[in-house]
Amino acid sequence: MRQMEEELQEQQEDTQKGRFLTFPLGNESYGIEIQYVTEIIGIQPITEVPELPEYIRGIINLRGKIIPVMDARIRFKKPYLEYNDRTCVIVIDVKEVAIGLIVDSVSEVLSIAEENIVPTPSIQQIKNKYIKGIGKVGNEVKLLLDCEKILNDQELDEISNIE
Amino acid sequence: MLHAGYKCELAKGVIALASDNIGESLFDLFIFETSQNIEQLEQIILDNEKESSFASDAINEIFRIMHTIKGSAAMMMFDNISSVAHKVEDLFYFIREHSAEKIDYNDVPDLVLESLDFIRCEMEKIKTGITADGDGAAIVTKIAASLKQKKDKYQDQPQIMPEKEANDVNNANDQKLIIDKKPKKRKANREKITEDNKNTYKAHVYFEEDCQMESLRSFDIINKIYQFAEVIEYKPGDIMENDNSASIIRERGFEVTFKTAQNITDIDEFFSKLLFLRKHLLKEIAAFDLHQPAEVVTPEMPIENKTEEKQPVANATTDTHTAPIATMINVNVAKLDKLMDLVGEMVISEAMVVENPDLKGLEIENFKKASRQLHKITSELQDTVMSIRMVPLADVFQKMHRVMRDMCKKLGKDVKLEIIGEDTEADKNIITHLSDPLMHLVRNCIDHGIESEEDRVRNNKPKTGKVTLEARNAGNDVLVIVRDDGMGLDKNKILAKAKENGLLNKDSSEMSDSEVYNLIFIPGFSTNDNITEFSGRGVGMDVVTSNIEEVGGSVSIDSTQGVGTAITIKIPLTLAIIDGMNIQVGDSLYTIPTISIKESFFPKQQDLLTDPDGNEMIMVRGQCYAIVRLHQCLNVKTEVTDFTQGIFIMIEQYEKTVCIFADELIGQQQVVVKTLPKYIKNNYKINGLAGCTLLGNGGISLILDVGWFTGYKK
Repeated sequence: MRQMEEELQEQQEDTQKGRFLTFPLGNESYGIEIQYVTEIIGIQPITEVPELPEYIRGIINLRGKIIPVMDARIRFKKPYLEYNDRTCVIVIDVKEVAIGLIVDSVSEVLSIAEENIVPTPSIQQIKNKYIKGIGKVGNEVKLLLDCEKILNDQELDEISNIE
Repeated sequence: MLHAGYKCELAKGVIALASDNIGESLFDLFIFETSQNIEQLEQIILDNEKESSFASDAINEIFRIMHTIKGSAAMMMFDNISSVAHKVEDLFYFIREHSAEKIDYNDVPDLVLESLDFIRCEMEKIKTGITADGDGAAIVTKIAASLKQKKDKYQDQPQIMPEKEANDVNNANDQKLIIDKKPKKRKANREKITEDNKNTYKAHVYFEEDCQMESLRSFDIINKIYQFAEVIEYKPGDIMENDNSASIIRERGFEVTFKTAQNITDIDEFFSKLLFLRKHLLKEIAAFDLHQPAEVVTPEMPIENKTEEKQPVANATTDTHTAPIATMINVNVAKLDKLMDLVGEMVISEAMVVENPDLKGLEIENFKKASRQLHKITSELQDTVMSIRMVPLADVFQKMHRVMRDMCKKLGKDVKLEIIGEDTEADKNIITHLSDPLMHLVRNCIDHGIESEEDRVRNNKPKTGKVTLEARNAGNDVLVIVRDDGMGLDKNKILAKAKENGLLNKDSSEMSDSEVYNLIFIPGFSTNDNITEFSGRGVGMDVVTSNIEEVGGSVSIDSTQGVGTAITIKIPLTLAIIDGMNIQVGDSLYTIPTISIKESFFPKQQDLLTDPDGNEMIMVRGQCYAIVRLHQCLNVKTEVTDFTQGIFIMIEQYEKTVCIFADELIGQQQVVVKTLPKYIKNNYKINGLAGCTLLGNGGISLILDVGWFTGYKK
């Protein structure tokens, strides 16, 4: 029984591995490993919380669970765009810490084979610490986000300090 | 055999903790009931110990509880538990069957508590999935020794005849004693019956009311009877085949007729040893033995007698026992969380339906009526769900009685425990975290705080020391105060000790009293020169702080030398329900705990003052209070910046008062305090917010931290 469960879980992990939810942001296209994504919802009323950095827009009520939302545009230093019908919140959950990522829209789920993922150029490595790698899909490239780094802001702040 | 097979399966379920449904639920039930029983028993023992004798009700209750523990442990195949329980049961059997005044009770509470500790320890092992391998033999021997001693003593008293084990020794006075002593009567019967070779008996058995699985148990009895007798018939005859037989047995009892060479005493004993029997009637059937009609009546009589005697016990049992079980159930907290989330979701959906934009401008009278009804029900449901998670502190407080007792006994101190406000409620999770710290604090009070009797008398204090446990709600927090009237803390001693251990990082003359006192919370600090079994290793206070901080609380200490010490644990109301006042600033809603609001008012222009530094103040009834502009403090955009347009709310905590300026009051509501999301807590420190809460319409309101606004917290 247990063995079966394990197998099932392995299978599940397998099917999730190498699959990325992609979304456009400005001129680039980003990808998030699907195993971190809990759900995608439309934009919700946001309650502002004082003393937070600008990119944390506030908190939302996700069916009784209160989670903070981060504007991906502001986080990645792109101009703020008014939220509209297409604006989405991608809820990601890393080690039971949940956060919503506000993006313009979501595109699709893609499989990117490991051999098609290359590390970020080494010169810029410090700057791009929240990018895990760059995935090649046909002619396009997807910037693959490192969810764990995004959720650990302290580290990111240090990086921005270095900058 | 079906029964045995079932047992095996249970045992497997227990050892492997497999997800077998039946096994697990029974296993859970066993754990739950046994721990409940242990606690109940402990309470009884402690209550009775004070009176140094046992009330007969208490004896019956203890006997019953031990019997239940024994029974269920045996069923789950935890033999070590059941053997210990069995021995305690024996002890109380002896006590119950004999006039209570004649027995020496001194060691009984200790023995029982020791056994309980053993069982509890084994239960812990079982819960964590380790095999319960503790050896109860030591305790069993101890109890047996005590029992023997009691019996010997009892026998020394001439006017009362020895107890039933002694039956075989004497029989000379049997006839005389028939009237007053039950075991003797049985003896008499045996004399008569043993002359016959094989007799036929009919037993009518009634099970305890809530024992469950009656048919299985009946089947088990038949199997057991087969071992020494020839079963002729039993009623109902189709126990295993007919599903309804269980309820029939429950109502009318179970009858079995059998033929055996054994005498009636042994048979009676066999039945009384069976588990979960409420009563049994044993009859010798004359049909096979017609030439001895006179004797047929006699055997029946004493046994009927016995059942009569037993019955009140059984009744008392059901009365006292079923009440708490029936009204309380054990629920997984995760399920409650889920339920609460679902209700929250439902409330939002309700708002979505009722305030649906599609309905705008429609005249729909019936719909409105129905939606009002729906609203009433959902809000009631919400309130109920919120209150489910709240548990009174009483359970934790009651546990301290035991701690107290053990400490006092070992240290030879006489201390009274006073409990105030035990019905104060807090979230279940928080209460779980409170148990260990409280235990340490109470131990510290008795060990370090309360002086020896001679010292107390010398200092004109009452001989009996006093430890007070107090709980109350205070704004955003629950305060739990442990106070003793002992010697208090010695500042100089603390400083010296801190210096010695290199814990001092500041000049001692600069330290305030409270700073000095708080040194004792530093890990590795202990002023007690002698390390005792209970305290003095310098770990206690450390545990207290770390446990409390884990739930976001704080510990502070106050003391007056010679008068006493008070340690205040402040725990937040995470998830607790508070009455809150919702206020609006700009587009945002905020909640202030109603308990800290003194009043709200519209200001008059002439009462407003500004000092040269630009600090704004307001005069209210001759008192001057600082003004906190919420929109400035929390950085919210609002149109209302002129004092005359908004409203003032005067809030107070710890005798500090400020006036908060907000746009307007929205209304009062019961809210569930939720902590801010983990991500925010991990990465940022937000001043002025105690948490957040969900509003009925699905929106979020931020709960203001009154302590921060009044300047209590830096």
